[in-house]
Amino acid sequence: MKKLLKLGASALALTIAASAVHAEGKLSIYHWFEYMPQELLDKFAAEYDVEVTMDTFDSNEAMLTALKAGKMGSYDVTVPGDYMVEIMAGEGLLDTFEPSELSNFGNISPQWVDVSFDPGRHSSIPYQWGTTSFAVNRDVYSGDIQTLAIVFDPPAELQGKINVLDSQGEVIALASIYLGIPQCTSDRDQLRALNDLLQSAKPHWASFGSDTAKDVLVSGDAAVGMIWNGFSAKAREEGANIEYAFPKEGYVVWMDNVVLLKDAPNRDNALKFMNFLLEPENAAAITNYAQYTAGVEGVEGFLDESVKSAPELNPPAGGKGQFIMACSQDVQAVYDKIWTDLKK
Amino acid sequence: MAGGLPKSSESNTSTYAGLGALLMLPSWVMIGFFLVLPVGLMLVYSFLTKEFRGGVIWEFSLAAYDQFFFDRGLFGDDPPVIEWTYIKIFWRSIWQAGLATFFCLIIGFPTAWFIATRTGANKSIWLFLITIPYWVNLLIRTISMKFLIRDNGPLNEWLLSLGIISDPIHMINTNFAVQLGLFYSYLPFMVLPIYASVERYNFAFSEAAADLYASRLTTLRHIILPFVKPGIIAGCILVFVPSLGAFLAPDLLGGAKNFMIGSLIEEQFKGNAGNWPFGAAVSMILLSMVLVVLTFYARQQSKGGVR
Repeated sequence: MKKLLKLGASALALTIAASAVHAEGKLSIYHWFEYMPQELLDKFAAEYDVEVTMDTFDSNEAMLTALKAGKMGSYDVTVPGDYMVEIMAGEGLLDTFEPSELSNFGNISPQWVDVSFDPGRHSSIPYQWGTTSFAVNRDVYSGDIQTLAIVFDPPAELQGKINVLDSQGEVIALASIYLGIPQCTSDRDQLRALNDLLQSAKPHWASFGSDTAKDVLVSGDAAVGMIWNGFSAKAREEGANIEYAFPKEGYVVWMDNVVLLKDAPNRDNALKFMNFLLEPENAAAITNYAQYTAGVEGVEGFLDESVKSAPELNPPAGGKGQFIMACSQDVQAVYDKIWTDLKK
Repeated sequence: MAGGLPKSSESNTSTYAGLGALLMLPSWVMIGFFLVLPVGLMLVYSFLTKEFRGGVIWEFSLAAYDQFFFDRGLFGDDPPVIEWTYIKIFWRSIWQAGLATFFCLIIGFPTAWFIATRTGANKSIWLFLITIPYWVNLLIRTISMKFLIRDNGPLNEWLLSLGIISDPIHMINTNFAVQLGLFYSYLPFMVLPIYASVERYNFAFSEAAADLYASRLTTLRHIILPFVKPGIIAGCILVFVPSLGAFLAPDLLGGAKNFMIGSLIEEQFKGNAGNWPFGAAVSMILLSMVLVVLTFYARQQSKGGVR
């Protein structure tokens, strides 16, 4: 028993010693899957002599859950979407900084500085932005695709061949846009109409899937796929004859942001990293990898030709993009019920 | 700690006398840390008040169980009626797990019998072959299955080229595909326990039965089946219980169109719902059901012991 105790004590001492070493020279990132080129992390690690570790998540909500379930204090930065920045700030999970602490702050595109979810950018910087709508296989359907009816009231040729994102927020936002009702409405007739629309659309859907959204289009399992624009561009590059739609009723616009977490163990390195990502060359490297759009000025010279001309990344003038809104608890409860009823 | 225990003079294994409690310590720590603690935490959480967007408020509440059993309409202010949604989701999972167990049994029993009746090295080779696919991760195997059965996949192309079918059979995103996935994932869990039972079977019993003019069917029903029953029950449980919580096959092969118990729980923690107490309550209800099945098994086993 005594031996055991001694062993325990020395193990404890070892852990403490190990954690004392990392005072300087570390950075811990919590990030989306497939969203950060390894070369860029290596470059940062080499330039600033920092040991970088990265864990990944697959949805904003999963990230929030992990942080709330006890991961706060172990990561320095994470990458929430627009509405999630607001939620995290409201939950007190974010630290703040002064723009003067980032020498590259001025590189941020003017339109992305004073954003509704973080006015004046005191907790976040832009990472990439993009849109969510859907792509259609042009071998299967040659008609007009610039309407959300393709997903919610599909023509006969496309019925039963549709994959939708397995994500409550995006499906309900697009359905609301199709109906022309405001997001987070508490009007009961509008909510009933939303419920009816989804119930009547579901029989035409073949599957729900987010991480499979690209593969089902490439393999031909689905002829229509609700998808993010960059993912759609990748599917096209992998050989699918698909066209990404900017529907006339509107579509979802989102922006992912790097935020500074409260209790970040390496706050200085986190700020260095955020500043690093605001370098046009580095922001462009992410765009070339993920095929979304940087929120930084001066990236054009560093972009691949194929990315610059990708139709998915160039919304038409006058396109009606909407950010997803974070709803009140009452409305969210109705949304949860609608979603569960849809998948029961 | 060990010194404080009274020395058992009655014990005839004096070598280990008094050490018993100490030797049990690792198992108690394991059970406590990996079983009692998490399940206890889940039980407590299921009776707490939910916090918006994940988390709990430390106030007693029956809201999670209320949500499971009572429907108050889309806006939550209708008079309560029985909620069928979750019962339906449970029933779907149970039905699919049951069906998978049935198919595994139908195919697994003859397979196990075949292997157990081989001789010497042959036996090992067959057993080895059964385990080979399980060196590959379940996710990879499920995705491969998806590739095989899709409309323009190899299986359909092969059948088309042979002229057996003229149009591809649509299998992906159907219940058939889910069944196929579950069956394929859990078949060895049926084969191995039955094999272990059959292997101990003394074939002289069958010969004796035949000498006494028992037909083959009678021999199977009254001699063989009672003997290998523990293996069959163990196999059924090993297939049924994980199938009940399976989410890979329903998500990847079935298209995730309908919640299964597993994905319903996941949604409470990882989806927009963020309703931890409800997720905990659903887990507790599932756990109770599995417990009922296992109790049934334990009673069957003890009956067998009397025989």
